[in-house]
Amino acid sequence: MASNKNNKLNLEQQKYQSFAQKREPRRPLLSNCLKAFISGGAICVFGQLLHFMYIKYFSFTENNAGDPTAATLIIISVLLTGFGVYDTIAQWAGAGSAVPITGFANTISSAAIEHRSEGYVLGVGGNMFKIAGPVIVYGVFSAFVVSIIKMLVNYMGGI
Amino acid sequence: MVKGHQSFIFESKPVILASATSAGPFEAQGPLAEDIDLIHDDIYLGQDSFEKAEKLMLEGAAVKTMEKAGINKYDVGLFISGDLMNQIISSSFTARTIGIPYLGIFGACSSSMEGLSIAAAYVDGQKVKYVLTGASSHNSSAEKQFRYPNEYGAQKPPTAQWTVTGAGACLLSTQGNGPKVTGATIGRIVDMGISDPFNMGAAMAPAAVDTIEAHFRDMEIEPDYYDIIVTGDLGSIGHKITLDKLIENGMRISEKTYKDCGMMIYDSKKQQVFAGGSGCACSAITVYGHFLNRMRRGEIKKMLAVATGALHSPLSYQQKESIPCIAHAVAIEM
Amino acid sequence: MEKIIWAFIVGGLICVVGQIMMDVFKLTPAHTMSTLVVVGAILGGLGLYEPLIKFAGAGATVPICSFGNSLLKGALQELEQHGPIGVLTGIFKLTSAGISSAIIFGFIASLIFKPKG
Repeated sequence: MASNKNNKLNLEQQKYQSFAQKREPRRPLLSNCLKAFISGGAICVFGQLLHFMYIKYFSFTENNAGDPTAATLIIISVLLTGFGVYDTIAQWAGAGSAVPITGFANTISSAAIEHRSEGYVLGVGGNMFKIAGPVIVYGVFSAFVVSIIKMLVNYMGGI
Repeated sequence: MVKGHQSFIFESKPVILASATSAGPFEAQGPLAEDIDLIHDDIYLGQDSFEKAEKLMLEGAAVKTMEKAGINKYDVGLFISGDLMNQIISSSFTARTIGIPYLGIFGACSSSMEGLSIAAAYVDGQKVKYVLTGASSHNSSAEKQFRYPNEYGAQKPPTAQWTVTGAGACLLSTQGNGPKVTGATIGRIVDMGISDPFNMGAAMAPAAVDTIEAHFRDMEIEPDYYDIIVTGDLGSIGHKITLDKLIENGMRISEKTYKDCGMMIYDSKKQQVFAGGSGCACSAITVYGHFLNRMRRGEIKKMLAVATGALHSPLSYQQKESIPCIAHAVAIEM
Repeated sequence: MEKIIWAFIVGGLICVVGQIMMDVFKLTPAHTMSTLVVVGAILGGLGLYEPLIKFAGAGATVPICSFGNSLLKGALQELEQHGPIGVLTGIFKLTSAGISSAIIFGFIASLIFKPKG
């Protein structure tokens, strides 16, 4: 990817960019990955505990306990976003807070909260999916493509 | 009078009669808080949106400036102002309130010095008796427009900067006592192919280098002419790149005289600002507040203020364009 | 108990993959999440995601890639029952809880909260 970009830059620009890069602090990859591992893992463990709780105390089954678990995580994430805490956690956790479903809820709620000053229809309604939109679009489209491919594969005798 | 290729000498030496700054609670925790006139402890300023708050901040700085100068707004001939908002609404709505003939400018974070150089040109060339100029920015409205919703959990890299919440303004006049604007160098767009909006320092440094070199070349002086050379918001990374590049190109400049507003406005040890402050207000507050006060106290006699701006838009970034930058320099002498 | 440990490890590892995408490949969070969703759908199509869920539990269902898998699973279920039109009718079948809650509670949040800056 880096070499691709360099092809579009002239020599002076390339020389400058390597000059600049030497003076920029590197992203702390190892510590970021460690923090993401810990926080992402912790959120998943919390989800697992919720899962067990819903099966034991609310008579859900192994199959459908995923729904209230997801809903609970989403509500907690929305509350943390609303209280202005989620972004502070995310600065530390990085992908550990963005990749779980809590990150998805954060994108929707943060955009909704941000744009209430533009009204509830065009502001909140119109901007809610600013960051979550691509996730839904690409999720749906890839599910569509994969199922079509599976359908064709089965039709042609299966592999 | 034109000097060299892109510089101007203001022979009548327009006087900065007064200047005023306003800022939010985060800036109040920084080292320059004493030089800020209006400190607000609520980033909303009691309004129901960040954009409305920014307008009030710029208005406050403009009104306070005229109050300090003892000049009525009806006597001010021109108001030149810019900010980061789409269609520069903060400046336009402030102009609506104060009712002065208005020139809106967009220089991103270089707006403060762009405005000051145009204002000086009107005072020196057209003999407009009083010209008011200002700039503003707001962290939350800038994040909302250029990056992500404020409560969104995106992890910022160490090269990111923190947009300053505040505004600064100053009043120029054909006569009076105070620091004088003696010259300016208008910058050219410099684009070194950097396209990461979380790395503005590296993107803007080449423009600062270009304008600073042009200034000394045009004016036929050496860097030691000035007590202080200060850039607007390069941050710690852009400052280092600029200093190294200028020295590499043969300029006799040192860290003693060359400072950056983005590094001065916050205490990077106590406040999490990554590479430093940015935004139109960064240079406006530091120059119009801190540095002009030091000049008035006699600590500094000659200063070159170089405000830097990144002239991209969220759309140009999504269309995979790089970030074109500019820097404008204004020479202020006591 | 064992499931909790695997949930931690697998969930953590998926997040590390996301972190690498953001830090090394300089992808934005939106790009990262979208890529993971597509990967989830593809792994689901290859029949690899369901075993991962059985093994790691919430470590596989909580990350956003499970969203892609659920979208696909719903489509395939309807495909089996109702033929090709099932691909269209089934996509949101299993993910309704997630998307609906996010929209509903996101909207309610906008009624109650203001951005804190």
